[in-house]
Amino acid sequence: MARQETAKDIYRQALPVILVSLVAGLFAGTILGSETMRAGIAEVPGLLLLLPAFLATRGGVYGALGARLASGLHQGVIEPRFELTTPLSNAVVASFINGMVVSTFIAVVAFLVLQITGQAGSLVQLVGIMLIAGLLSAILMLSVLVTVVLVGYRRGLDPDNLIGPVVTTLGDVFGVVFLLVGVEVMEVVL
Amino acid sequence: MSEQFTAEWSVSRMVWTMVPLLAALSVLQMISGNVLEGFEATLVENPALLVLVPVQIGTAGNLASIMCSRLSTQLYLGTFELRPTNPVVRANTAAVFALAATVFGVVGIAAWAIGTALGGVLTLPEVLTISLVSGMLLAAVVVVLSLVSVQLSYRLGYNPDDTTIPIVTNLCDITGVLILFGVVVAVV
Repeated sequence: MARQETAKDIYRQALPVILVSLVAGLFAGTILGSETMRAGIAEVPGLLLLLPAFLATRGGVYGALGARLASGLHQGVIEPRFELTTPLSNAVVASFINGMVVSTFIAVVAFLVLQITGQAGSLVQLVGIMLIAGLLSAILMLSVLVTVVLVGYRRGLDPDNLIGPVVTTLGDVFGVVFLLVGVEVMEVVL
Repeated sequence: MSEQFTAEWSVSRMVWTMVPLLAALSVLQMISGNVLEGFEATLVENPALLVLVPVQIGTAGNLASIMCSRLSTQLYLGTFELRPTNPVVRANTAAVFALAATVFGVVGIAAWAIGTALGGVLTLPEVLTISLVSGMLLAAVVVVLSLVSVQLSYRLGYNPDDTTIPIVTNLCDITGVLILFGVVVAVV
């Protein structure tokens, strides 16, 4: 029987993953705390309200895609090559739809919460910001995730170990960046 | 390709199973969003606190998913038992607290430095206290929620890998924000 793992073993194994997400979190936090973002937070009612849901969605949509691609590769449903075999393109299309639908949903829910709690807010502004941030995240996350999983698999790395850090790091950092882009673009449009 | 695979990898199946779950979790996340919105003035004034937000959310979920997936593996191996004397329970609990102490110590110092660079006025002891106190409280929540949920999903006959992790991760994310601002109110 294998030796029972001690707290020290677990600590050593988990620390690298935790530190990667810590660095990502600090980057995201720095962008969030920047002058431009704070101005955006003060100007756009509901931006902080939708922030946690928006960030959590990145993990939900693209974490699920990564796990699915990893299982597909292990099962042999997906070939580790850049070809549009149906399961691979289906998974990418489904994740894109999921990401966009949920992003829009979040904007609508945030607007409703603002209405219920008697605060000002613009539905068009919130939906616009979420669509822009959701679209940019989808393009980046889908291309990077598919590349990392397929290339990693061909190099003999278990995709199950790659997905977590990739999704957390990119999702957090670029989620906040794209949110800022959305705010700036909508400011010009409206 | 077999029919089972075709159905499992169809776009509509993937969308219809994921969207309701993600939508429900988004509604749940509005709780922490509402807390953030309520502290808008404090956050805009103190960038160090804004820096802490994504870290707090991310680390909470990470610690929870590590502990849950470890516990559910031990459950299958038959070595996990919900008892304070159980070696698996002890080792995992100690590891989560040690990880939290390391991470939130580093985070406190980093958030203070970044916050100061961005024009904040909170002192190092203030930011470090907020980070460490909320981090350790959060570790306690992660431990309790993980232990209880893995045990509960086993009793109810659910596979903890499928059900527990997304739910506990999201709950810990939300609790993370609630604890953070509970401590902010007490310190600032």
